[in-house]
Amino acid sequence: MLLSEATNAGGNFSLVPLVVFFPLIGLLLNIIFGGRLGEKAIGWLASLASGLAFGVAVLLGISLIGSHGAGVTVPFLDWITIGSLHLQWAFRVDTLSVTMMLVVGGVGTLIHIYAIGYMHEDVRHNGDPGRYRRFFVFFNLFIAAMMVLVSADNYLMLFVGWEGVGLCSYLLIGFWYDKGKDGIGNAIAGKKAFITNRIGDFGFLVASFLMFKFFQPLAEGGVFSFDFDSVAAIAPKVASPVILAITLFMLLGVAGKSAQLPLFVWLPDAMAGPTPVSALIHAATMVTAGVYLVARSFAIYSLVPAAQNWVAIVGGVTALFAATIAVAQFDIKKVLAYSTISQLGFMVAAVGMGAFVAGMFHLVTHAFFKALLFLSAGSVIQGMEHGHHAVEHDPLLRRKMKQNERLGSTHHFDPQDMRNMGGLRHRMKTTYWVYLAGALALAGIVPWAGFWSKDEILAEALHLNPAVYWLLTIAAFFTAFYMGRQVIMVFFGEPRSEPAAQAHENPPIMTVPLVILALLSTFGGFLNLPFIHTFTHWIEYTIHPAAEAAEAGAEAAAHAGPWYMWGGLNLIVAGLSTLLALIAIALAWMIYTRRVEALKSLPAARRPDDPLRSMLGPVFTGMEHKWWVDELYEFLIIKPYVAISRFLAEVIDWKFWHDFFHDTIIAGGYRGLAWIFANPIDLGVIDGIANGLAEGVRGLAAQARRIQTGFVRNYALSVFVGVVLIISYLVFQLR
Amino acid sequence: MVPVMYYVILSAILFIIGALGVLIRRNAIVVFMSIELMLNAANLAFVAFARQYAATSGQLFVFFVMTVAAAEVAVGLALIVAIFKTKASINVDQINTLKG
Repeated sequence: MLLSEATNAGGNFSLVPLVVFFPLIGLLLNIIFGGRLGEKAIGWLASLASGLAFGVAVLLGISLIGSHGAGVTVPFLDWITIGSLHLQWAFRVDTLSVTMMLVVGGVGTLIHIYAIGYMHEDVRHNGDPGRYRRFFVFFNLFIAAMMVLVSADNYLMLFVGWEGVGLCSYLLIGFWYDKGKDGIGNAIAGKKAFITNRIGDFGFLVASFLMFKFFQPLAEGGVFSFDFDSVAAIAPKVASPVILAITLFMLLGVAGKSAQLPLFVWLPDAMAGPTPVSALIHAATMVTAGVYLVARSFAIYSLVPAAQNWVAIVGGVTALFAATIAVAQFDIKKVLAYSTISQLGFMVAAVGMGAFVAGMFHLVTHAFFKALLFLSAGSVIQGMEHGHHAVEHDPLLRRKMKQNERLGSTHHFDPQDMRNMGGLRHRMKTTYWVYLAGALALAGIVPWAGFWSKDEILAEALHLNPAVYWLLTIAAFFTAFYMGRQVIMVFFGEPRSEPAAQAHENPPIMTVPLVILALLSTFGGFLNLPFIHTFTHWIEYTIHPAAEAAEAGAEAAAHAGPWYMWGGLNLIVAGLSTLLALIAIALAWMIYTRRVEALKSLPAARRPDDPLRSMLGPVFTGMEHKWWVDELYEFLIIKPYVAISRFLAEVIDWKFWHDFFHDTIIAGGYRGLAWIFANPIDLGVIDGIANGLAEGVRGLAAQARRIQTGFVRNYALSVFVGVVLIISYLVFQLR
Repeated sequence: MVPVMYYVILSAILFIIGALGVLIRRNAIVVFMSIELMLNAANLAFVAFARQYAATSGQLFVFFVMTVAAAEVAVGLALIVAIFKTKASINVDQINTLKG
């Protein structure tokens, strides 16, 4: 645990604090000097900060290869030392954390570069170019916080990063806080995300408290430090109900951060943020923090199969549930948002079942292709906005658009609505091709990245938890279907609005990162090919139980495996999922090209906006309305909560505490007491004493003044009498 | 030799006459004379005791008293003249402006 140990361990491990400090320096420079820099400089400075963090992560990865995967802990400073609690600010460098650092840094940098171009347009479109710098400051802050999260050596440091990314998420969802529905919709979306996450954080905190309560007495020397190694070492000695409670509370945190049932509702609303935010925070990195947390806590999850089962079921159900909703969304980003929830469900199910490697592998490939899809969606949206702009400034086209009965006024044009798109493959060629790559990866078609990772999860699921396997397989079918639907609606067919017909491609600063991500989405799956399993071996340096299980599986595959096991790849599972994906895509093709053509014969008023609507009826309405989960929560939680709050505020607080207790009892009592003190006591007693004294003295003086006759004789007489008295006294005393 | 007792009794009688004069009479001049009488009664007592004890300090004191009496008469008569000038009377009952 000493620094020398870390430096001796070789290579560049001591550089690890820089993954946090580079983005921090970047954001500080942008805060201090950003006002004088141009937009380009701000964006490139932020990208450079993120890129340098990625560079450090690469160096760490190289060192890890050099040390054969043996990780180290790099202490940075002592954080809190109170009695039996000793917290260090220490960075953990092992294959798991470096994998996350590479994803966060790599994908993050690409998205930073993309955002240079995207935000340039976005701040102008939304009419406040001054927020350009703020965006990159928040973005760098996010990278820093995420790096703290993934490089943490203990649960509480991880929690700092956990809260930090939550804060950045809130800030960036509400980036256009004065926009959205009624001018406050985005702010409400940010608030919703934050509050929903708080519920999850509450679980995380309770898990930490429990951990301290039950682990501290068993810790070496009675000093508990929350670090992953000691937690893993102590956990087997702790009673299993405690571990179960800890893991389930932690699951609540995971459900909040990784948008699982029942706390997923914030993620679709989070699409209110600018698209690079959706790509980086709400698809590629932050939302995977829950998956990372479970993978990181593999030692305690492995102890309680019940908790693992719950995690897997939550993940599986979420995967299917969100996938069905994604089928019926019309907002291009909402489809991807529900897809993200669904894919996170895959990952959570995987790590829940104990297939940590498969979950992490899917996390990595998902970061590639979901970032790609979101960024391409952003490219499409901006293309549509260009088209809309062109229409607005061309009287002829404007008149043409006004005639379009479905759009009505041009002011209500929504550039994110897929019903307004269509035929964009001719107008935006690069975006089309990269989108296709992302969609194929997500749908799980050989050989794109999603196939390998999703198939690995499915294969593990069949082996570990068949119920979850079926949930995930059906979810995978829906995944392929909604991606097919989306690609066809956006890129194929005829343009369904004038802006779509006028859309054009974005500048290279946006398309180049897209192409890089498309390459990653295409070839990222080769990280873990059958027979070679590079990624599996890489992660197994850190997650040992997974290693044993996988080794057993690999041995079984090598020696006594049935015919369909091929180098660790279950051909039946792979074949079935690929077949389902192809069927789903074919189905989508049939419905959204053939059926749409057939429906064209109907008069416009009776033509459904989505062919599925007429085919599925109420089911489609349910999916479109997200199965009324928001409304259910509104009814079950928010309404009673508001009613209770209102009751507490108006009756208990205002009527009872304010009106009755404070006004009547305290203020009234005080006033009464004050009156008693003022009138009888002060005026009566105190003043009475003072005035009575004065009156007495005056009366006495009135009596005494009579002696003062002014006649010298009288004075002389009194002197004489006095002298006689004194003398008589003396005479009589002497005797 | 005449016993000292007689002197003392005479001195006391003179003093009482003087004191009564001061207290009873209203004429300021008479009051003054009564004061002189009291002083001289005291002088007589001084002289008598001085002779009795053969101590000269008593004799000496008489001279002091005489001096003081002379000074007092000078001041007192001046006061009476000043009062008479303003009030046209030396009746002490009319001099009561010090009344509180």
